[in-house]
Amino acid sequence: MMALQSSQRASDPAAGFMPSGETYHGQVRTRRRRGRVWALIFQAAMLSGVIALCALLLSIVNRSFGYVAIVNEIDPAELAVDGVPLNELPKEKLVPILEANISSGLMRRYEHDMPFAERSRENVHGLILERVVEPQVEASWGLFDSVFARGSIMAEAEERFPGSEVYFRSWLTASFISKSQSSEPLRTGVRTAIFGSLWVVFITIVFSFPVGVGAAIYLEEYAHKERFLNRLIQTNINNLAGVPSIIYGMLGLAIFVRIMEFVTSGAFLSGGDTTANGRTIISAGLTLGLLILPLIIINGQEAIRAVPSSLRQAGFGLGATHWQVIWHHVLPSAMPGVLTGTILAVSRAIGETAPLVVVGASTFIAMDPNGPFSKFTVLPIQIYQWTSRPQDEFRNLAAAAILVLLVILLALNASAVLLRNRFNRNRANA
Amino acid sequence: MTIAIERPTQAQIGSSGASANGNGRYAIEADAMSVFYGDFCAVREVRMKVPTNKITAIIGPSGCGKSTVLRCFNRMNDLIAGARIEGEVLFQGHNIYDAEVDPVEVRRRIGMVFQKANPFPKSIYENVAWGTRINGFRGDMDEMVERALRSAALWEEVKDKLQQSALGLSGGQQQRLCIARAIAVEPEIILMDEPASALDPIATLRIEDLMKELSEKYTIIVVTHNMQQAARISDFTAFFSVDDNRSGHLIEFDDTEKVFTNPGQKSTEDYITGRFG
Amino acid sequence: MSGGDSQAHSMVGGGPELDLRRKPRFTETIIRVFLFLCGAISILTTVGIVFVLGRESLLFFANEEVNLLKFFGETEWQPAIGWFGIWPLITATFMVSVIAMLVALPLGLFIAIYLSEYAGQRARSIVKPILEVLAGIPTVVYGYFALTLMTPLLRTMLGRDLVEIYNTASAGIVVGILVIPLVSSMSEDALSAVPGSLRQASYGLGATRLETALRIVLPAALSGVAAAFIVAISRAIGETMIVAIAAGAGPNFTFSPFQAAETMTGHIVRISGGDLSYDSIDYNSIFAIGLMLFLMTLGLNFLSQWIVRRFREEYE
Repeated sequence: MMALQSSQRASDPAAGFMPSGETYHGQVRTRRRRGRVWALIFQAAMLSGVIALCALLLSIVNRSFGYVAIVNEIDPAELAVDGVPLNELPKEKLVPILEANISSGLMRRYEHDMPFAERSRENVHGLILERVVEPQVEASWGLFDSVFARGSIMAEAEERFPGSEVYFRSWLTASFISKSQSSEPLRTGVRTAIFGSLWVVFITIVFSFPVGVGAAIYLEEYAHKERFLNRLIQTNINNLAGVPSIIYGMLGLAIFVRIMEFVTSGAFLSGGDTTANGRTIISAGLTLGLLILPLIIINGQEAIRAVPSSLRQAGFGLGATHWQVIWHHVLPSAMPGVLTGTILAVSRAIGETAPLVVVGASTFIAMDPNGPFSKFTVLPIQIYQWTSRPQDEFRNLAAAAILVLLVILLALNASAVLLRNRFNRNRANA
Repeated sequence: MTIAIERPTQAQIGSSGASANGNGRYAIEADAMSVFYGDFCAVREVRMKVPTNKITAIIGPSGCGKSTVLRCFNRMNDLIAGARIEGEVLFQGHNIYDAEVDPVEVRRRIGMVFQKANPFPKSIYENVAWGTRINGFRGDMDEMVERALRSAALWEEVKDKLQQSALGLSGGQQQRLCIARAIAVEPEIILMDEPASALDPIATLRIEDLMKELSEKYTIIVVTHNMQQAARISDFTAFFSVDDNRSGHLIEFDDTEKVFTNPGQKSTEDYITGRFG
Repeated sequence: MSGGDSQAHSMVGGGPELDLRRKPRFTETIIRVFLFLCGAISILTTVGIVFVLGRESLLFFANEEVNLLKFFGETEWQPAIGWFGIWPLITATFMVSVIAMLVALPLGLFIAIYLSEYAGQRARSIVKPILEVLAGIPTVVYGYFALTLMTPLLRTMLGRDLVEIYNTASAGIVVGILVIPLVSSMSEDALSAVPGSLRQASYGLGATRLETALRIVLPAALSGVAAAFIVAISRAIGETMIVAIAAGAGPNFTFSPFQAAETMTGHIVRISGGDLSYDSIDYNSIFAIGLMLFLMTLGLNFLSQWIVRRFREEYE
C-alpha cells in the first residue's frame, strides 16, 4: 500500500484531527472489510430469493411424479380368460366380465349413458379397471426418492403393503387433464376445473376490460385533475388496488350471490328453475372483475399517459373532436400497453382462490359448466381442496394441478412479453 | 515563473526541469493518460503536470473530455461501467491507478465539487460532518464544521440554522456548502467541475473569490466553459480540443496569461478569439 | 366511430355564412357520460364494500349476545356457542405478519440495495425476472409449498414435538417469501430515484460503496422504503390462502409460532367455505372480521401514501 504523505497543512494547528499515515490506512482496510462482508450479505439475500423459487418449483415437480404402491381389489390376473390376460382380451370377452362383477343397477346406468354396443374396447377395459379391479393408492413417493432411493422404496412397499403393485406414475397425464372430477385419486381429472376457470375468466374480461379502459380514458383524457370528484375517483382506485382479495369475495357474496340472486342464478331466464342459488360463474366472474378493475385502470392510465401529446395535437389541429382523437390516435397507440396490463391482471384473476371460496365455488362438481349460470369450480379451488386433504395421493394430484395452472399462467405471461416486444419493435421501426 | 508544459507531440518548453522536490512542486502529473469507454477513446495521451497551490483551469469546446480528464484525477471514472484508463496519473509520486491503490484513499485526498450543487438531504451541519466522520475524524466536530464553513465563506449565512435541511439553501449557498464539505476532509487537491455554471453572476463571483482564497492552501483544478472565468481566476490554463475521431486531447498547457495573450498553438488562438473576442 | 357524423355536422354548419357557434354533439356527450360511469364504478365498489361490511357487522353487533366489550375483551372465538372474543384471530394474524416481515423486510431490502447499488446489467437481468415470476405465482401454490415443504422442514429441524403439522411459523415464512418481490421492487424504485449526484458526492469524499449505499442513498430513499414496508405489512395481513392451508383451522389464543392458529382471513375462508346459512351469527360474524381487516389494511395503505407525500425529498 502506498504511503500517501500528509500535506504540509499538518502543521496547521486547527487541522490535525484527520487521521493520517498508518492509522488511516488501517482504518480504510477495516472499512473495506466491512464493505465486503455486507456485499456478501446482499448477494446472499438475492440468492435466497432464487433458492426459494427453485425450492417451490422443485417441491411441486417432486410431487407430480414418482412411485406409487397400488393394491387392487381383484388381481387383474384372476380376470384372465383361458390364459389370455385382461389387457389383451377383445371387447366381447370384457363385457361379461364387467357384468359378472358389478351390480345390475350400475350396469343399466352404463347402458343408459352409452349402449355397450357403441362403446369401444378401451372404454370397457377402463370400466373394468375402475369398477372391478378398483386399484387403491396405498402410498406414493416423490420424484427424488424414486430416482435416488428406489431400492428402499421397493423394500418398504414390500414390507408395509404386501401384495401391492409398485410402479412409477406420472400424476400429470393426458387423462388427468381430460377427465372430470372424481373422488378416486387415480381416476380424477381437472377438466371441469379448467372449463370453470375459462368461463369465469371470460366473464371477468368481458366486464373489466371495457369498464377498466373506459375509466382509464376518462381519468386521463377528460377528467379535470383538480375537480374533487375526479381526485376522489383516482385516490379511490389506488386504495382499491390494496384491498385484500378476500374482501372482494365478501362483497361478491353479499351483492352478487345474495342481493342479485334472481339474476345471477339465472332464475330470470328459466323462471326460477335452478339449483345454483347465485353461486354461479357469473357471480364469480363479476367478483374477480371488480378485483382486477383497479389494476387494469392504473395500467391503462400509464399506457395512455405514454402516448405523446404531439399526436393529440396533430389530431385536434385537423379539426377532430376529442373522441375522434382518442379513438383514432390515442387508443391505437396505447393498446399494446393496455393489453399487456390486462393480460397480467387476468393472470392474477386466474390464480385467485380466496374470493371464489367465499363467493361459493362448488367443492365437488363433476359436470362441466355450460354457461354463465352454472355452478362451477376453478383450478385454484381444486388445488386448495386437494391440498387440504390429508392423504398423500391428493397432494400428488394438487401438485399435478399446480403444474397445469402454472403452464397456463406461463403461457399468458409469455404472450404479454411477446406483445410488449413486438410493440417496442414496431415503435423502433416507425 | 517557470512552468512545466507537457504536450503529446512536443518536448517540454521553458521548464526548469524536474525540480528536486517534485512532490512539492506538482500536485498531480498525468503521463500518457488515455480514457476509453468501451472501444471509444474519449481522451488521448494527456501529459500535464499540475502545479501545487495554484488554480489550473481546463478549457476547451464541449465534448473534448474536460470533465473526463478531471474525473480521472480522483478515480471517479471507476464508477462508470466500461470506462478504462491507460497511462499514469502520479500523485505525490505514486500512480493512483496502481492495482494496490485504494480509490477510497485517493478520493479522500483529492476532493471534488460538482457542476450542480448536490448536498445530501441532511442538515447543513451533517453535510459537512459526514465525510469527516466516515473517514475517522477525531476531535471537536462543532469546531471543525465551523472552520470548514468559514473557509467556504458560508458561516455567517448559516450559523443560526445549522440543523436545517441543506436543501433549503439557495443554489449558490448549496454550492459553497459542497465546497465546505469537500475541504472538511482536508484534501490536498480540489477538483471543480464547472462549479459556477448553474449559478447567477453574483453567486458566481462569490465562488470565484472563494477559489482564490482556497488556492493559498489547496491545489485547485477547475473545468470551465467560461473563458472569462478561466482568465480571471486561474494561474494556469490547459486547452483541450477534439480530433477527427472525437477523442479529446491536450493542445496547450501554459501560464494563463500566455495562453490568452500569446497562445502557442493556432487552434488555441482560434478558439479563444472565436469565442472571446 | 363518430367521425362521419360530426364531419357532416360541420359541413352543414359551415354554409355560406360562417357559423362558429358551439353546437351540441350528442355522441361526444354520451361517450363522455359512459366513460365517467366507468370511473364511477370504482366509487360504487368502495361504497359497496363499506355498505356490505358495515351492514352485516351492525347485524352482528345487534345480536343480544354480542357487544364490543366482549368482542375486544375476550380471548375465545366460537360464535356458534356464544364466544365472541376476536383476540385469537388477531394474535394469529399478528404472528403470521410479524414472522413474514422478519423474512421479507431484510431480504427484500437487501435485494433492493444489491440491485440498485451493486448489481451489473447481467445480474439484474437474471434477478429481476426471477422476482417477477415469484410475484406472479398464485398464493394457493405458496400455500401448498408451505404445507408440503416448509412445515416438514421446520419439523425436521426443530423437532416434531415442538412444531405442529399446522403452525403459524411455516405460514409466516412463506407469506414472507411471497411479499419479498413487493418489498424489493418498491424499495428499489425508491433507491434508484435517488439522484446519482449524491452518490458521486459521497464517493468524492472518500466513502466506500457500502457507506454510500447505507448512509447516503438509503436515508435519502427512506420514505419510499418505509412506504414499501407498510404496504408489505398490509399485504401480509390480508393474505389468505397460505394461512388457510398451512396455519391451522380453528381459533387458538397462543403466542407460540409452532402451534396451529387461525388468522382473520383464514377464519373467513373456512367459515364461508362450509355450509353457511344467511343471517346466521356465523355469517354475520365473518363480515365483522372482514370489516376489521378492511379498516386495518386501508389504514396502512393511507399511512404509506401519507409517508410518501410527507417525507418525499424534492430534488429539482
